[in-house]
Amino acid sequence: MFAQIANAMIAILVGVSVAFFYFWGTNWLLDKFLLTDGANINNAKSVRNDKLRSKIRPWLFLFPALFFMGLYLVFPVFATIRLSLLDRTADNFVGLSNYIWAFQDASFLQALGNNFLWLLIVPTASTGFGLLVAVLADRLWWGNIAKSLIFMPMAISFIGASVIWKFVYDYRGPDADQIGVLNAIVQMFGGTPQAWITVPFWNSVFLMIVLIWIQTGFAMVILSAALRGIPEETLEAAKIDGATPVRIFFDIMIPQIFPTILVVWTTITITVLKVFDIVLAMTNGQWDTQVLANLMFDLMFRGGGDSGRSSTVAIVIMLAVLPIMIWNIRNVNREETTR
Amino acid sequence: MTSPNIENTSTIKPAPSNIFLRLKWGKILAHGALLFLVILWTFPTAGLLVSSLRDKDQLTISGWWTALVASERNEVVRLGKASDQIEENGKFYIRGSLFKEGAKRSIISFGLKSNELQSAMAGGSLSMKAGGQITILENGVFTWVSDEAFTHTRGPRMFFVAHIQPQFSLENYFEVIESNGIGRSFINSFTVTIPATIIPILIAAFAAYALAWMNFSGRGILVALVVGMLVVPLQMSLIPLLRLYNNIATITGGESKTYLGIWLAHTAFGLPLAIYLLRNYMAGLPREIMESARVDGASHFKIFTTMVLPLSFPALASFAIFQFLWVWNDLLIATVFLGNSEGSLVLTGRLRELLGSRGDNWEILTAGAFISIIVPLIVFLSLQRYFVRGLLAGSVK
Repeated sequence: MFAQIANAMIAILVGVSVAFFYFWGTNWLLDKFLLTDGANINNAKSVRNDKLRSKIRPWLFLFPALFFMGLYLVFPVFATIRLSLLDRTADNFVGLSNYIWAFQDASFLQALGNNFLWLLIVPTASTGFGLLVAVLADRLWWGNIAKSLIFMPMAISFIGASVIWKFVYDYRGPDADQIGVLNAIVQMFGGTPQAWITVPFWNSVFLMIVLIWIQTGFAMVILSAALRGIPEETLEAAKIDGATPVRIFFDIMIPQIFPTILVVWTTITITVLKVFDIVLAMTNGQWDTQVLANLMFDLMFRGGGDSGRSSTVAIVIMLAVLPIMIWNIRNVNREETTR
Repeated sequence: MTSPNIENTSTIKPAPSNIFLRLKWGKILAHGALLFLVILWTFPTAGLLVSSLRDKDQLTISGWWTALVASERNEVVRLGKASDQIEENGKFYIRGSLFKEGAKRSIISFGLKSNELQSAMAGGSLSMKAGGQITILENGVFTWVSDEAFTHTRGPRMFFVAHIQPQFSLENYFEVIESNGIGRSFINSFTVTIPATIIPILIAAFAAYALAWMNFSGRGILVALVVGMLVVPLQMSLIPLLRLYNNIATITGGESKTYLGIWLAHTAFGLPLAIYLLRNYMAGLPREIMESARVDGASHFKIFTTMVLPLSFPALASFAIFQFLWVWNDLLIATVFLGNSEGSLVLTGRLRELLGSRGDNWEILTAGAFISIIVPLIVFLSLQRYFVRGLLAGSVK
């Protein structure tokens, strides 16, 4: 165990110093071998060397990052596309049969349907609650404390959150005292306690609540900053004109921060597509709760793994993310040209 | 205002008070709504914390919200059989206790049927169907005595009302740390997280500087690529990388699931966000400073290390917090690249395993979960300012 801690320390040391010496060393080499002759600064060779150096140097700065991203993010995209066309052990080419399998497979279709529900409900609810909290908290003296508390779940892992909520949904048989909050409340109002995470459809909603609980804080922070960016005069003018708070909210605040709402929405959408921990921990896809990310994880390991089908599911997730990715890139490009 | 008669104030006067009233109600509504949301959001976590500190027997029978009140419970226990009897001075005794040893409970009343719980109070006696008399003391100790030998083969049931004292301890924590491997996983989580947080920073900072302040062809494409990679689902990377790791392990004859492997994976997966955050921040640094330094003959390397890096501290801190939380809370990459072997499970993986194997032992799950969330919570609460700044820089464009 102590050896392990020591190894981690050494790794930090080695990692940081390798990086440092790489950057320092390559720079030094570049300056040494493509020297500018101080005496004849205008000599043709110096000028050429100068140009060459300023062409090479950015790539020296970029190389380690590009190498890692290339190996861990770009190459795998193409490799996964290739694997999705191969069989479970990646030995034989099978064409599109993994895709054909997927769209005929009950669990895949169920995951697709559930993912659609998740995408419909989670970003909407998180953004909605986030906006509500941001608007309320900005008007009250204890708003910052409230925001901190609602923001807190952002720090909790999906697995930790799953434990927390599984305890909320806990079920103790029909006659026992319920120790899960939800069933205790149901019992208090005269309802019948149930094992909520086994009731199809509603169980998916109960899993979504976990993610909404985590993501609302994110939405709130971003939207709250955007709300504070609305010019004070605009709001004052509306107030003087006699607009009610509700009208100010819908006719001024919402349009003003609409671009931010979109950003929040898309960010949460991407998170929804990638989250598998909650489903894995709470139901592992049983009782009709499967989602794509968990199905992919399941296919990757169950029965020795099926790299073809698992890659196929990954690509479906990627395709769902693609429109948002393109939209993001276009936004950034527009900014770059105006900068 | 539409009234032409300004002096007619009596009709105008009520208006302000109405507005005042409306505002007041609006305020109260706002307070109430926000309070409701805050309670809704904190209640689940509070339940986890309180439960993890409760006695494990109490945890399974009463809701955590009742933890502070002493509770009364109806319970039932089977008394001893004839084979448990002892003969003393010509009388036959069956002795025992209704409670397990060390339970902080006391008897209020007891009876022989579930609807006759109040037949006798603590310290009193009842005559039994199987013969003889039973006396039960407040502490649960009973003495069942008879003049003739007992012959019953099945212990009769004794119903009673018990008074349960609230009881808190750190016992659950000791248990999960020692016997459920949480302690070991805690160390493993740190082993994974710290290098995976620190190593990407320098690599990303150099790249971010190049993308922010150096002119070269292809810069725009690289920025677009980084932004694109921000959202690439990790699911796309897992299978090819797992295969790559396995191949390397076969060729070199080493392990495929190593700390080195997961450090490098986290480093790479953290780079797009790091570069994006840092580039945005560095691009916002004042152009004049950069240019005057260039004019003075400082090299890019020197400008970067002596000016840009120190100035970018807030952005570096934001990213470090992000990466720390993300790596600490990650389950996917840890499962794929570090595996599920007993010695290398990180906290998230351990918690997942406990959910599977000890799904009903809430004393273990709550304590384990709390240990796993306490570190990110501390980091988060103490450095919230940087975290929020990073969030804003990363999302609002």
